[in-house]
Amino acid sequence: MVKRLKPGTEEELAEIIRDADGPLHVMGGGTRPIGRPVDGDELSTSALNGIVHYEPGALTLVAKAGTPVADIEAALKTEGQRLAFEPMDHRGLLGTAGSPTIGGIFAANVSGPRRIQCGAARDFLLGVRFSDGRGRMISNGGRVMKNVTGYDLVKLMAGSHGTLGVITELSLKVLPSSRSTGVLLMEGLDDATAVRALSQALGSPYEVTGAAHLQRGMTGHPVTMIRLEGSETSVAYRLSELGKRIDAFAQVTAETDPELARAGWAYIRDVGPFHDRAGDVWRLSVKPGDAPGIVAQVDGAEAVYDWGGGLVWLLVPEGTGAGAIRFAVSEKGGHATLVRGDSTGGAFQPEPEPLAVLSAGLRAQFDPRGILNPGLMG
Amino acid sequence: MEMPRPNPDVLARKDEIIRRLQAVMPKDAVISDAVETRAYECDALTAYKCPPLAVVLPASTEEVSAALRVCHELGVPVVPRGAGTSLAGGALPNEDSVILGVARLNEVIETDYENRFIRVQSGRTNLSVSGAVEEAGFFYAPDPSSQLACAIAGNIAMNSGGAHCLKYGVTTNNLMGVTMVLMDGTVTRIGGAHLDAQGLDILGLICGSEGQLGVVTEATLRILHKPEGARPVLIGFESNETAGQCVSDIIRAGVLPVAIEFMDRPCIRATEDFAGAGYPDCEALLIVEVEGSDEEIDEQLEIISKIARRHDPVELRQSASAEESARIWLGRKSAFGAMGQINDYMCLDGTIPVSQLPLVLRRIAEMSDEFGLDVANVFHAGDGNMHPLILFDANKPGDLERCEAFGAEILKLCVEVGGCLTGEHGVGVEKRDLMRSQFAPHDLEMQMAVKDVFDPDWLLNPAKVFPLDDSAGRRIAAE
Repeated sequence: MVKRLKPGTEEELAEIIRDADGPLHVMGGGTRPIGRPVDGDELSTSALNGIVHYEPGALTLVAKAGTPVADIEAALKTEGQRLAFEPMDHRGLLGTAGSPTIGGIFAANVSGPRRIQCGAARDFLLGVRFSDGRGRMISNGGRVMKNVTGYDLVKLMAGSHGTLGVITELSLKVLPSSRSTGVLLMEGLDDATAVRALSQALGSPYEVTGAAHLQRGMTGHPVTMIRLEGSETSVAYRLSELGKRIDAFAQVTAETDPELARAGWAYIRDVGPFHDRAGDVWRLSVKPGDAPGIVAQVDGAEAVYDWGGGLVWLLVPEGTGAGAIRFAVSEKGGHATLVRGDSTGGAFQPEPEPLAVLSAGLRAQFDPRGILNPGLMG
Repeated sequence: MEMPRPNPDVLARKDEIIRRLQAVMPKDAVISDAVETRAYECDALTAYKCPPLAVVLPASTEEVSAALRVCHELGVPVVPRGAGTSLAGGALPNEDSVILGVARLNEVIETDYENRFIRVQSGRTNLSVSGAVEEAGFFYAPDPSSQLACAIAGNIAMNSGGAHCLKYGVTTNNLMGVTMVLMDGTVTRIGGAHLDAQGLDILGLICGSEGQLGVVTEATLRILHKPEGARPVLIGFESNETAGQCVSDIIRAGVLPVAIEFMDRPCIRATEDFAGAGYPDCEALLIVEVEGSDEEIDEQLEIISKIARRHDPVELRQSASAEESARIWLGRKSAFGAMGQINDYMCLDGTIPVSQLPLVLRRIAEMSDEFGLDVANVFHAGDGNMHPLILFDANKPGDLERCEAFGAEILKLCVEVGGCLTGEHGVGVEKRDLMRSQFAPHDLEMQMAVKDVFDPDWLLNPAKVFPLDDSAGRRIAAE
């Protein structure tokens, strides 16, 4: 019988870990079951809830790990600020329910389209408190934007999927929301041309904050999208200038309706094209220019390109072997993660030898008994 | 400043160590002559000096690996050195250590504008990375003030920032991959031309680890297209509180300037005497810079000026041309030189939450009276990264010690108000013993356990970052 543990305080959480005599399945809201399945009692941080400190003038916020992302976003909205890295909501893609937590976002280093311009979730994490696998509470980082005092365990905790420690509280950097958004759209481009067009835009001085290409857009045809944000005057100016630079690739149209722009980028952020469709979903991080070639190597795949081609979402027939995808990626450099599908054989790209040794060494230091999400990333 | 007792066994085997290093390195890449090693006796924290046992200057990842393998086998401590511009003593050697300098690793390996990255050897200077991509209109964003001299290897070791990181982030936010050699000579590659390295974020861990986990020989760095233009506004205030409030109001208004620099009266006066930039004689001065096209700049500067006017500035000067911009920046850019003219100085870089600026500045002024040493403040206000410059006379007995005690009090204050000891210079030897004011024993233990994984024998830059008492068990066990 699996126990579902939801400690309400940091002390209770640390005690549960100290007293554990078997593996713990660590989670936030449980909306992102990515990685090899974990047996054992469930340990959720969702009862560690609440914003501890918010200083809009310093662009920093401190919250307990189980605070719903929606609560954080609502608090930021009242001050005209936001989580600039635009975290994806996995519920639509993975068919999960529940409430995503801020701790879960950072534990999985979840970023959206704006990552290309402002950085990943891990770039916004300033400080953490976590329990290691012995039930010891550790602090690292702080609530200031520049900090090189000791080793950056904050980065190490980000994206470690609860395998090194359980985050109980974190501080993060937030940014002002932009006043307006404009989108340049191109239709009918093949993948390679689209990535070239996106590269051209990203290599311009116009501060592109979204660069995506869908093989099948909402109308069923390929669509390439470039986002610009800022003041109204600035967006208008840049839409026009950038439009001129890329109109050799295809006819360019500009969209400035805020609701359409929001919906369009949420569709890309949450990988809308693959919702409610059968098949496994892979997430590839590659050099943008390599992306179309890698996609072409995978039989029967449909792709959504984000980050100018650097992030590829692949929909493949259920049960497609990992071999061909991993081979295509590792040959060029990058990594592939099985996000939806049978992960019993492992979801993450196996690490090359020297890195694997370092990772195993770190795990042994942080979680010597190997009880925190064991095998999830392996 | 205490350094560990050199290992007598290593000192006794000096000839053998040098012979073994010479066997795996080109002849001119091993320096052991007492006169020549003197050049490596300190970095920019010149108060502390010690000539190393020897210096190696490898020119490839393979040579770095070979040199480290020899030192590992013979149990010789190694101190990695970028360009030696560390203000924290990060590259300070000990008598029994070999300095591994990366100065000969200075090539650009690959430039890729389509995919927006550059791959360089780590000894290349920060400014020359931007220089290599300038013609195509690109730049590398982190811009520490020492950028003309400092090496990418050191930038990675100290996670360097600069004036423009409010918008572009620090080194860790712009580093995509590294080739790193571990103390035992193992070559590892982490990340690359793709975003977000796989697995655990070891790349993030390496950045800011002060050369204690490995020697980075190559780096893949994100490059960006330059903005169309940039122009600042200069704003003078009659009190630090008002200036601090203005910074906070600008940020809250949703404008994200590329830089917000702050200078206090002692600093303004010193730079005026030195550079004559025409700054107003006021309590606090802000330089706020924004980027974009001319129209975009005008729009943003207008918003900022409107906010500033609400705080009754004594001066408000919006730049309208490149010439006016240069004039506004002139004083700020010569601040360190100006202070150096007056006296010796120690520069700290504690970081605080922006809201604590007025309190911290007031306390620093009070402490300045208590310690009887002048202090000038110039700093990156947008991100709370302070730079108090404490003036002292190195030739006056006791002055350096008094200055260090004063500095320690300022840094403890930074921690007390919710900040940290160092924002971009690193801990090195300078702030090693203050680490306990920021971290509980098990926090430090967890960090040292990380070093155990990368360098179990504690040979790589062993006497840095952690209080010597705390690391003693590990260092001595290794001997």
